[in-house]
Amino acid sequence: MSAIVGPNGAGKSTLLKAALGIIPRLSGEVHVFGETIRNARARIAYVPQSASVDWDFPTTVLDVVQMGLYRKVGLLGRLSGQARVQAHECLERVGLEDFANRQIGQLSGGQQQRVFLARALAQDADLFLLDEPFAGVDAATERAIIGVLKLLKDDGKTVVAVHHNLATVRDYFDHVFLINVRRIAEGPVETTFTTDNLHAAYGGRLAATHLTELAVIDGAR
Amino acid sequence: MGTEFVQLSLTPILIGILAAVACALPGNFLILRRQALIGDAISHVVLPGIVVAFLLTGVISAIPMLLGAAGAALVAVGLIEVVKRLGGIEPGAAMGAVFTSMFAAGVLLLEQTDTSSVHLDVEHALMGNLESLVWLQAEGWHSLLDPGMLATLPDELTRIATVCAFVVVLTVVFWRWLKISTFDEGFAQALGIPAAALGLGLVVTAAIAAVAAFDAVGSIIVIAMFICPPAAARLMTNRLERQVGWSVTFATLSAVLGYILAGYGPLWFGAQGAVSAAGMIAAVSGIILGLACLYGPHRARVGVARKEGA
Amino acid sequence: MNLFVDALFLQAGYNAALVAIGAGLLGFAAGASGTFPFLRKRALIADAVAHATLPGVGLAFVVMVGFGGDGRNLVGLIAGSAVTAWIGLLLIEWISRRTRLAEDAAIGAVLGVFFGVGIVLLTVIQTMSAGRQAGLESFLLGSTAGMLFQDATVIAIGGSLAVLLTWLMRRPMTLVAFDSDYAAALGYDVRRIDLLMMGLVMAVAVIGLKLVGLILIVAMLIIPAVAARFWTDRSTSMIWIAGGIGGASGYLGAVLSASAPAMPTGPIIVLVAAAIFMFSLLLAPDRGVLAALFRHRGFQTRVHRRQGLLALAARHPIREAYTLRLLAREGLVRPDGVPTDAGRAQAAKVTRDERRWDVAREIYQDAGLTGRYDGLTPIEDVFTADEIAEFDRQLGPPVTVRGD
Repeated sequence: MSAIVGPNGAGKSTLLKAALGIIPRLSGEVHVFGETIRNARARIAYVPQSASVDWDFPTTVLDVVQMGLYRKVGLLGRLSGQARVQAHECLERVGLEDFANRQIGQLSGGQQQRVFLARALAQDADLFLLDEPFAGVDAATERAIIGVLKLLKDDGKTVVAVHHNLATVRDYFDHVFLINVRRIAEGPVETTFTTDNLHAAYGGRLAATHLTELAVIDGAR
Repeated sequence: MGTEFVQLSLTPILIGILAAVACALPGNFLILRRQALIGDAISHVVLPGIVVAFLLTGVISAIPMLLGAAGAALVAVGLIEVVKRLGGIEPGAAMGAVFTSMFAAGVLLLEQTDTSSVHLDVEHALMGNLESLVWLQAEGWHSLLDPGMLATLPDELTRIATVCAFVVVLTVVFWRWLKISTFDEGFAQALGIPAAALGLGLVVTAAIAAVAAFDAVGSIIVIAMFICPPAAARLMTNRLERQVGWSVTFATLSAVLGYILAGYGPLWFGAQGAVSAAGMIAAVSGIILGLACLYGPHRARVGVARKEGA
Repeated sequence: MNLFVDALFLQAGYNAALVAIGAGLLGFAAGASGTFPFLRKRALIADAVAHATLPGVGLAFVVMVGFGGDGRNLVGLIAGSAVTAWIGLLLIEWISRRTRLAEDAAIGAVLGVFFGVGIVLLTVIQTMSAGRQAGLESFLLGSTAGMLFQDATVIAIGGSLAVLLTWLMRRPMTLVAFDSDYAAALGYDVRRIDLLMMGLVMAVAVIGLKLVGLILIVAMLIIPAVAARFWTDRSTSMIWIAGGIGGASGYLGAVLSASAPAMPTGPIIVLVAAAIFMFSLLLAPDRGVLAALFRHRGFQTRVHRRQGLLALAARHPIREAYTLRLLAREGLVRPDGVPTDAGRAQAAKVTRDERRWDVAREIYQDAGLTGRYDGLTPIEDVFTADEIAEFDRQLGPPVTVRGD
């Protein structure tokens, strides 16, 4: 499990989006599992920040989860009963099985985030890219999400998340990329997530708001 | 450039310029407020407004027509708001549903009433008839100085001149309010500016400009005059004052060039007759906008890259 | 009235029957393919696309006459109008992507300019055709006079293709309309899907030109979709409901127009669609205005019921007559105000839920849900089982309400 960490405007989300081809790249190539992104796309699941979503859209929670299967079944393929069962299972894993027939806008922010995680689960991918999965969610949802992610890790999947809460990096992740426009440091949390590297990434911006978080980090060491 | 010009071309060109300017001024604010399509809606509801005014008064005259169109614009804006609120429908679709229905009702009313005795038919309403607004009584440039002759100027010219002056005065008087509330409506309200009323006033002004221009260019081409000159101006500068200046220039240029091209263009190709001046004005304004899109100094969006990032 | 009934069952003459069937098919196609542009919040692009067909009609006429053919051949005119409409569509996309102008300005500019150019071409044709009426003006508002079997066939084939494509592409289009970033992450080409979505709209617009006219065809693309949204929360069902509404308005509109004089077909069809929209707005279950009023009524009842039960739990007397009646009707209190066993159980539940809500409000300071933190919605409807368990853990063991 890896975290992408950096100050606001460092390009964390942009990095994910460019890697996935959502926004055009100026130069460079993206390789995943030794293949180009084009060929590896079926093995990647993405959980976007909720900003781009139309909450009034006529779609139920179950429909949204089934969207994760669209690529697999293609244009003509029917979403079989098995697909439905699979979608229900994914909802169960995030604890939303009773909400399957709600319209998506009727859920709270944390619940919506869980739905998107369920949709990524339905994709049955090997690499999970999450853009600020814990932004604006409640504690119960954060616990539920991290639980699911840890299970994924135990299954041998790779999880990469954009993360902004410095205090929890140590608890949640094994590996960290520190970026601020360019790459600052990368490596296992124990050796990389250090005050020095953080200062290098955040510079003067590592101000009062971060001091408490830093204190937590130092306390943990 | 003698008597014939004064008789046949002077008034249409003047009307074209005044109409284009009257539309371009409110158009600047509509574009900045992301309400460009309100212009679309207004121009479509002008027709039912005029028809209803005609049915109520039985005559085609300026004041009832202006009132009818302004009323129709208010009704349309109100209905769009109601549909948006009650139905929870996004503004574009609400607009599309409302103005097409009103337009359809207008056409139906027009077909149902006997308007053969008066000059009001659907095609004229849609396409305009700039060329027919001539000043046959004129005897030359000196007629412009003769009060008796001036009285024979086409009514349309006086009407559009009045409306254009009205729009200019409103723009100047409410300049600061418009500027602030367009930039930041919340801040404007905090300053005590009646932003909602101002927005409604803008729409009504646009409707009045539309109905005055309607004589000359018809109800659809008005949309081009609302949008093209200000949109092109938007790509020329980052300052509102200059933008409005550019838009007036572009509007004037479209009107003059469009009229000349329509009247003399076919002759240059060895063809007979003339083509629709209103259509040509819209086409020229489109070409200006196209050039601005390609070469305008401020055509690119500010901070595109940053916006797309997180 | 007889004429209306005749027309309704296609007995009012060959032409009227042809028009009614054609309008019905067109309406269905328009409703179905208008669904996704509406959901993508780009409904008004259809307006620009429709107006951008006019220069194409003119050009096609000039070209066909130039080659010595009949300038009024419908297939030729449709092909021409499709070309300029497509150009208009690409221009809108280009302007809003490449310049700082917003999409609405691009829509308005393309609409006005293309229409202007079209009018110029029409006047060219008027002088060119030297007295022979081209009759292209009928494309503005549509005309059903002289509708040929060939025209109905064009509508039927084109419309079916549009509906078929809409259905085939429903998943990519749903994804793009719902969450375009995710669609891009899955590897869909969002720009191409957007163009396809609008291309379908364009196809319907050009085949509808003759019947409804280019000014009003946009109504058939928008209104049925807007009306359909009131009846379903599933995008796939919306396609068929919008198609049905569009088809019904097309058919009924054509029938009405055939049964009385001075009833132009296009406007009548639009007005029928508008009437169906009004009906949906007012009467649809869930999203309709009337349903909202009833919900408000129900909300009031729930407030009274809850306040009553809380009063029972706190052993306060219930003073409000309406509350007392309400609880008595459910068998929760005796007419003299003393709670029954069921009443006591309910009161305990309400009190506990109330305390759970207190905890919930503390844990979730979530803007999206604050509107429904009213304490009235059953807590199980809003929170998951593990979330509720978490509240209970913080609350401690349940309390019971004792009767006197």
